[in-house]
Amino acid sequence: MGVLHLKINGDDLEVAAPGHWTLLEVLRYRLGLTGSKQGCDKGDCGACTVLLDGKPVLACLTLAATVQGRHVTTIEGLLPAHVAAGGKGADPVQDAFDRCGALQCGFCQSGMMLSARALLNRNPQPSDAEIKDALSGNLCRCTGYTQILQAVELAICEAAGRTPTPRSWERASCADSGAASASDSGERSA
Amino acid sequence: MLRLPKFEVATPKSVGEAIALLAEAGPSAVVLAGGTDLLPNLKHELATPELVVSLGAIRELAGIRLADDGTLAIGAMTTLETVASSELVRARAPALAQAASLVAGPQLRTMGTLGGNVLLDTRCQWINQSYFWRSALGFCLKKDGTKCHVVEGGKKCVAAASNDTAPALMTLGASLALEGPSGKRSVALDDFWVADGIYNKKLAHAELLVEVRIPPLPQGHRGAYGKLRERASIDFPLLGIAARLDVGTDQRVAHADVVVTALAAQPRRVKLVAETLRGVPIDEHELAHAENATLETSAFGRAVRSIAELAEKQCHPLPNVPGDADWRQAMVPVFVRRTLLAAARRAGPVHAD
Repeated sequence: MGVLHLKINGDDLEVAAPGHWTLLEVLRYRLGLTGSKQGCDKGDCGACTVLLDGKPVLACLTLAATVQGRHVTTIEGLLPAHVAAGGKGADPVQDAFDRCGALQCGFCQSGMMLSARALLNRNPQPSDAEIKDALSGNLCRCTGYTQILQAVELAICEAAGRTPTPRSWERASCADSGAASASDSGERSA
Repeated sequence: MLRLPKFEVATPKSVGEAIALLAEAGPSAVVLAGGTDLLPNLKHELATPELVVSLGAIRELAGIRLADDGTLAIGAMTTLETVASSELVRARAPALAQAASLVAGPQLRTMGTLGGNVLLDTRCQWINQSYFWRSALGFCLKKDGTKCHVVEGGKKCVAAASNDTAPALMTLGASLALEGPSGKRSVALDDFWVADGIYNKKLAHAELLVEVRIPPLPQGHRGAYGKLRERASIDFPLLGIAARLDVGTDQRVAHADVVVTALAAQPRRVKLVAETLRGVPIDEHELAHAENATLETSAFGRAVRSIAELAEKQCHPLPNVPGDADWRQAMVPVFVRRTLLAAARRAGPVHAD
């Protein structure tokens, strides 16, 4: 049992944990930050995704002892960070997931939103292919992904000050690329 | 929930310190790079070390540099994401950048390192399972057992080399800079492998991979990587194909190479590729505009097709990784052809979505 010095969601924390504990175990079972989910626990599902110095990594395959001194952001840190930066309420990605119904059971959602947040921090105007690639390490077994991609697009449109045309996010895209989504909406109504 | 077995963690700050720790601890110590393969294997109790030596804090091991003589040197702890997105690597060694870009998903590429991928342990659907799962079958040759579930009566482990970057580096003529208790040495990647799935590399305990070195490549160098896998992300290769094509100033092929992985314990070079392609003219206009099917009427297209046939005869996928072995065999010529054409077109990577 050693004492780890961790920076979690902006807080400097000292926490006692055995050397063989993963970051995910420390987050969930020492710090009570259960928003990071324990899914496959072996790197297949992405449910435990957290941001390490702003980049998405899997907490289930990261030894807590190896991330001392680095910045860890979990899903619990998104809203406070947004508010601290002058925003109101939840992070726009969280808000968009809420409004688009981009979840069913919610188990993958923390990881999905953190992967999306990392993408938008790196590239505020990603292409559809870049969005899909950024989320490709996060598995969802409920939604079929459509609403998740819509939510990310909604967050992108709103951050860019583009107002999606009424309900346009339901057609999987925003106003200025609406044509590309016509077939999507057709399939959904069929 | 998969718990790790108990161990201590050391985070040395230098290569020398890491080697000393490993040498002192002996076989009860293992090396941790990105952890994306080691930690699942430890969770599955494929090893139960007392000490895990993390290389994450050794700054000298990460980074990409171009040496004065044109050698591209990539530190072993450089992440796969960094390798895949490096302009230097993309321009000089396209097959390597493409291979790195197709390893697993974004999170695993952020964590995983080039050194870890090159030294990746062999994989098999009968070994990369939990202790409980393996115990139900009486274990296997690679760990704790005496029976091979892949080859009936087999006495030699045929777990598959599954490192995407290794075949790409082999086409590039790369060498490995190693450092251990008895000093430094350099070994050509071609001479690094052993045909034994239990441990497929000539790397001694306490010896570390410090740097991967790619020699200067000719102006007309082209390369690509093709990967067959179950899903478009996360998965290990069911087949990995690296292709190299050096085109001379006379617009003819000066050198060519194809290396295939995910067959057995080591990546396999397809024989007679350079001999078949050398001197064959490259028609850039045709490459840019012709469909793959019509290309086969050109000299280059015919040569590519005969290499695809050679590869099909020389490569024999085993039921060691997921995916039907007959299907993987049928995909050998398809992916060899597509990857060679992608290299010629300066395109790629080749993969099915």
